[in-house]
Amino acid sequence: MLTINPIRWGKQYKSLEFQDVFHFDTGESIARIGQVNGGMVQMDMRKADNARKGLRSVPTQELIERCKKAAYMFEHETLPVGDGLQTVDDFIHQQSASTGLPEHMCRNNMQKNCFVLSNIDKILDALTRGLDLEIFARGYGEENRNVTVSFQCQTPVLGAVLPNNSPGVHTLWLPAVPLQVGLVLKPGSQEPWTPYRMISAYIEAGIPAEAFCLYPGGHDVGSTILGKCSRSMIFGSAHTVEQYSGNPRVQAHGPGFSKILIGDDVVDQWEDYLDLMVESVLSNSGRSCINCSGIWASRHTKEIGEALASRMGGIEILPPSNPKAALAAFTNAQMAKGTWAMVQQDLAEAGVVDMTASYGERLVERERCAYLKPVVVTADSPQRAVAMKEYMFPFVSVVKCEQKNMIKSIGSTLVGTALTADDEWIDELTNATHIDRLNIGAMPTNRLNWLQPHEGNLIDFLFRSRAVQIVPMRVAQAV
Amino acid sequence: MLAERKIRLQYGLESSFQGSAAFPITHQIYPSYGSMTVSTPSWLASNDQIADAKQALDKHTYESVQWHFHDSTGSPFWLEQKASLKFDPLKDVKGFDDLKKFPEFEDECLRGGPIERWIPKGLLGKPTYVFETGGTTGIPKSRMVIDDFRIDYENFSETLPDHYFPKGANWLMLGPSGPRRLRLAIEHLCQFRGGICFCIDLDPRWVVKLIKKGWMEHLEEYKKHCIDQAITILTANHNIKCMFTTPKLLESLASGLAEKGTSIQEVGITGIFSGGTEFTPQWTRFCVEELLGGPAEESGVYMTPTYGNTLMGLACSRPVTIDDGYTIAYYAPQPRAVVEVVDFDDHTKIVGHGETGRVKLYTMTKEFFVPGFLERDEGERELPFDKYPWDGVSGVRPYRGFASTTTVGVY
Repeated sequence: MLTINPIRWGKQYKSLEFQDVFHFDTGESIARIGQVNGGMVQMDMRKADNARKGLRSVPTQELIERCKKAAYMFEHETLPVGDGLQTVDDFIHQQSASTGLPEHMCRNNMQKNCFVLSNIDKILDALTRGLDLEIFARGYGEENRNVTVSFQCQTPVLGAVLPNNSPGVHTLWLPAVPLQVGLVLKPGSQEPWTPYRMISAYIEAGIPAEAFCLYPGGHDVGSTILGKCSRSMIFGSAHTVEQYSGNPRVQAHGPGFSKILIGDDVVDQWEDYLDLMVESVLSNSGRSCINCSGIWASRHTKEIGEALASRMGGIEILPPSNPKAALAAFTNAQMAKGTWAMVQQDLAEAGVVDMTASYGERLVERERCAYLKPVVVTADSPQRAVAMKEYMFPFVSVVKCEQKNMIKSIGSTLVGTALTADDEWIDELTNATHIDRLNIGAMPTNRLNWLQPHEGNLIDFLFRSRAVQIVPMRVAQAV
Repeated sequence: MLAERKIRLQYGLESSFQGSAAFPITHQIYPSYGSMTVSTPSWLASNDQIADAKQALDKHTYESVQWHFHDSTGSPFWLEQKASLKFDPLKDVKGFDDLKKFPEFEDECLRGGPIERWIPKGLLGKPTYVFETGGTTGIPKSRMVIDDFRIDYENFSETLPDHYFPKGANWLMLGPSGPRRLRLAIEHLCQFRGGICFCIDLDPRWVVKLIKKGWMEHLEEYKKHCIDQAITILTANHNIKCMFTTPKLLESLASGLAEKGTSIQEVGITGIFSGGTEFTPQWTRFCVEELLGGPAEESGVYMTPTYGNTLMGLACSRPVTIDDGYTIAYYAPQPRAVVEVVDFDDHTKIVGHGETGRVKLYTMTKEFFVPGFLERDEGERELPFDKYPWDGVSGVRPYRGFASTTTVGVY
């Protein structure tokens, strides 16, 4: 069985404590992961400056080239992971086995991560709005309009407390490396695969190993990372996001509550957008924060709900190796049961109709795991509690709401796709501060343009724009 | 919180990994890891030692039961219980095994008063303490004590190596005091060894409340408040060489000292007695290798883990060594207290050596009598040790039936 050890500034640490990773369906133990404690992280962070020093010893352009090489290796090569070697197929099988995601979805997530890293120069160009990367490496420099600008790095390392269930989020921390900021990662207990494979690829591609820490462990490890790294990100629930709200050191990522908003000018042609809606709800088995959990329209909501239910209600559970598998397993059956109980509570409210009720049982319990089949509900008003819900499976509420009330009623929205050509409404949507990414036109919520920042610009998070004035100094020659 | 020691261990560890090009291993690879020794180790007690200890235990049991159940010396609580027993403890308990006739002790009866019902008539009039456990919410469990904490810690003192815990050295007690036994016990231990004890308090009830409220910033500040005081004392030229603290506070203290450019070693600490919360082989290894500067013979700092609670007293550990995979095995202070590892379903049946079971405690002092109490912990039954020729327990961790609902290791 594969043993995966913690990494402390590029070196494996052989822990005496392990946590097993199990296959969600067979219960077979597929790997054991060495654990660290928060105290160890705390002691290590005293050496965090060395991570940035190591990265700064490599010119930015060279780091970018090595990142591209790492991207290729991540996607195509056999890499050392733990005490073994991991092929691409091993990676896909292992990730699917521990997260419950179908294998083709794991492959898609892998390609997404690889795409970001292969195009890291273009992504950095977009994130920095075209600034010369040497300005970030040196801390100051001249912009092309002959003005000195300064971006001061706020941390030698970026900490990240990573999720268990969503292999797609790793794109968010990848660009730190070419910005010469080290990585201190706490991998999710069921998804250690991506961070370990990615760090292995980075090191094999020649990125200084001392820039990386991987700390599997308990809650104390996560809280120490957040407490000791000057900049870190965490992935969690709405409660987690609220807990770190206003904390400039922590970027918290939680549920997306992404939505499709249909304008009155196109709502009578809703059928033209049915494919877009299904993709937005169903892709990646509804697990992502960019999956659509609400479709808002002023009319035809019942017809939209019926059409979505007819497209998704009958989707069957298929083995994870089947390329047509659309549903991921809940590796913790209790979580599926708990989620289903919450959905039933939503359905009990007057004005809420389960459009998938006639498509059979939604909760399917297996010996060691469980599935939730897609659920489509309609709500006759934004006041219904279900209008603000997001779950970890394909779930969408089709909410009836007047266009004039829509923006003020939708609440926080990570991705908002507005199906409209109404200039006045587009102007209001553009100014709505509670919509993070705005798609105007027929763009599924799950399709991201990686050349635009997602959930906060990493440059703004890691660097501080400030003034530096430089006056040449005359120094007397030594006698 | 009677079960203060909540320990999580992992098992079945072995070492064969040689590293890879990408991730070279730089830490030493130890010959074996594990939390249980089942072969014939050099420290194994002899049959004669084991038989002598058993004989002493039987004698002590008989005398304890006579004391606690005699109308002239027993406590109101046990004399009242005697009436409901289906046997006569004065006649039917002749040795330790006869204690199985008693029903299991329920520690819930320690909640609420009057506290006087626990005082044996034979000890009436002596200065009396009450120590509490739990109590973050609701009524805490109370234990009446007269001299037990002093006796327990004097006995424990005999187990401390003088080289690392020099007689006459001053101590720092960094941990919970308030209604707990610990502060007075440590202070007595220090005085018994000829030193003066400096004390920094930490209130675990407030810590539990901070965690439950999610006030993590307050928690950090409170911890910092305690550590700052400790560093001030340790760097004030008081000749402090020994200390008691909990694993978590030791970790924080080492980190706080490191931030000031110094270390536990450099401030002059040579002996640390630690306990109170979770203790794992991995944490112990981390502590020895990274907080203390290496094994005692190299760093000059010795750390001994302990396991105990207000009911039982203090169990010592077998010396913790690299060769033993940092196994932490505890031995009760027999005959005053006994630890058994019993079957999860049949609490009268002791599991085989190396097997896993629930920790069961017995206490038999002049002041307090507990004829079999199921701790909230489980572990593996350990072989008798030549210094402590009776069974021990290793790999102590929260009992699987309670583990998910218990707040552990909070300070």
